[in-house]
Amino acid sequence: MRFETPRFKQAAVVALHDERLRTALARSRVGFIGHREAAVEALPEFEQLRDTAAQIKDHVLDHLDYYLQRYEQAVVAAGGKVHWAHSDEEAQRIIVDICRAADAKVITKGKSMVSEEIGLNDALIAAGYEVVETDLGEYIIQLAKEPPSHIVGPALHKTREQVTALFAEHHGRARKETVAELVTEAREMLRDKFFRADVGITGGNFLIAETGTSVIVTNEGNGDLTQTLPRVHIVTSGIERVLPSLDDLPVFLRLLARSATGQDTETYTTLSTGPRRAGDPDGPEEYHVVLVDNGRSQMLGSRFRKMLRCIRCGACMNHCPVYGSVGGHAYGWVYPGPMGAVLTPIYQGLKDSYDLPNACTLNGRCQSVCPVKIPLPEMLRELRHLQHVERMGPRLQRHALAVWRFVASQPWLYRIAEKLATTTLARLGGPKRRVHKLPFAEGWTQSRDLPAPAGSTFLSQVPRSKRA
Amino acid sequence: MSKPPQFGPVDDRPTFLERLFPWKQRVSKKPLYQLGVSRDLILDNIATELSRGPLQPAARAALAERVSHAPRHPRPALNGELAELFIQRITRRAATVQTLTDLSDVPAAVAQHLQTHCLPTHIAVSDPLAALFWPSPIQLHTGAARRNEAVAVSLARLGVAETGSVLLGAGPDTPTTHNFVPDDHIVVLHRQDIVPHLEDAWASLRNHGGMPRAVNLIAGPSRTGDIEQTIQLGAHGPRRLHVLLVG
Repeated sequence: MRFETPRFKQAAVVALHDERLRTALARSRVGFIGHREAAVEALPEFEQLRDTAAQIKDHVLDHLDYYLQRYEQAVVAAGGKVHWAHSDEEAQRIIVDICRAADAKVITKGKSMVSEEIGLNDALIAAGYEVVETDLGEYIIQLAKEPPSHIVGPALHKTREQVTALFAEHHGRARKETVAELVTEAREMLRDKFFRADVGITGGNFLIAETGTSVIVTNEGNGDLTQTLPRVHIVTSGIERVLPSLDDLPVFLRLLARSATGQDTETYTTLSTGPRRAGDPDGPEEYHVVLVDNGRSQMLGSRFRKMLRCIRCGACMNHCPVYGSVGGHAYGWVYPGPMGAVLTPIYQGLKDSYDLPNACTLNGRCQSVCPVKIPLPEMLRELRHLQHVERMGPRLQRHALAVWRFVASQPWLYRIAEKLATTTLARLGGPKRRVHKLPFAEGWTQSRDLPAPAGSTFLSQVPRSKRA
Repeated sequence: MSKPPQFGPVDDRPTFLERLFPWKQRVSKKPLYQLGVSRDLILDNIATELSRGPLQPAARAALAERVSHAPRHPRPALNGELAELFIQRITRRAATVQTLTDLSDVPAAVAQHLQTHCLPTHIAVSDPLAALFWPSPIQLHTGAARRNEAVAVSLARLGVAETGSVLLGAGPDTPTTHNFVPDDHIVVLHRQDIVPHLEDAWASLRNHGGMPRAVNLIAGPSRTGDIEQTIQLGAHGPRRLHVLLVG
């Protein structure tokens, strides 16, 4: 997919003025936040599970090479094949080659963020295949030729009226107005594709080293039709998704459903181990797993290692005020919201993604809801720090920070400056003690007031004798 | 591992760190897509990035132990009788449950379900259930679901009280397509097969022949919330899930 992040500011302004988008975002927030909260409250063990999940992930990351080899052995023992892709292009080539060897024409796909990351659809279409997304949300945005705007609800930004128009245009049938009719029509259109498909591609929420199993969770059942009906099943997954044992899986299933959609469980949890066995009446004849590195192994050694704990639940973006205002598309790449603001600079470069770490209020809600406790605000601060060290910020900001640093490291100077600033601001604030126009920072006060300080500092109120 | 010789095309796109700091000097060029090369490259990179060489035998043995005997993780407390919890949770997710005293009651219950919903009488069943006495006009077939399959009756291996889901395993007698293709899915579950937690379900699978090709945990009929977060049943899988709880 195209990389549009350098245009974040313009895209954000457009998004902020898009009434339809604002309606759609407001509607989705209510559900996502409320349902999650209720589901978490009903499970007293939730906090304990978060700690456990973070521990398991850290253990796996510390021994990732071992667990990947164990996983590979188990997949091969079950009759499957494992392919290792160092880069996105290599992953594309591996998958196109499998499809070519299978003499495929139609390819169905279950929802997979890794496949978005490696730009799989474009590569398959360029190679001449008919590619059909089968998750309803993904299907809608495929018709609209748009990237996903949310990692769990990719068509979150679309209103029902927009879906009605899209279906009428592409299906050549009478307009369907209600959600029930729209879902039924999509079901009918996709049924045929499921049965005609030669290859089915799904993601892998989790990979189990013990048994060589890949796990997907869905609510629609599309992932299961995708992987059961065609002759060939391909699983695409990031290398960080492996877990040691089946007994580690429930910890993550309990967290994922509640964090992503506020449910106790998703409707379908499917564990797949190898291809069709002797005597089986159905199931794929070939089972392939494409393990995608694409920068992950290098993240291991960086200070962003904890980002590899991510299970792609979307809770961080559901609770992010910035995401809630501008939506997913403004972020300009595959991963939006707080996790995207960390991942995009890492994948696409710090300079071209300059705005993302800065489009954050550091309110910390993302970290407080993250099921695997990723310190997202800390990482965003770290990225800002790197940007500053590499002199990427605006010159004025850099110089101002340098002055600040000098002043703040000289207590006597700091006290004088502080006194000067508080008295000036208190005077500017007037009787209402609100500053409407801040000198040198008019932009900041354009849409809000600065509460004026009281006029004397905390330090000056502490008697000299009591100071440390 | 020594780096392999470079034959094929070279991947000269920037590495992760080069992308993070594009103005820094480029270090290496990676060979692109040579069979078997990326595997070692990735495993090598991981060991390097973790600042250690390949794992020593003692460390590997400890990890092997971690794989075969995972520590006991926290499980949600379950208050109440397992079957009650199971019924309560699966019905909350829009499935229906009917309790039967004996397996021989299944055909009559199925016939009743077909009649209530005006469904065709030609149905797919899993092999173990085909041996029951099925009254006419019901006609059975076993094997994979057909494209226009309307109803399937499956035998569940287990029920899980924690999530309110039935667990079905793929096998010669139990086709996976029965679980997803028909509009109506009827699942027969023995009361004594309900286990408390998912971990108990895995333990049962391990004790009875290991992992089936596919394990399907199903908690209610297919649903979607992809249009305006409005929950709609019957997205791609069955529109109705009816559980016959026996015993």
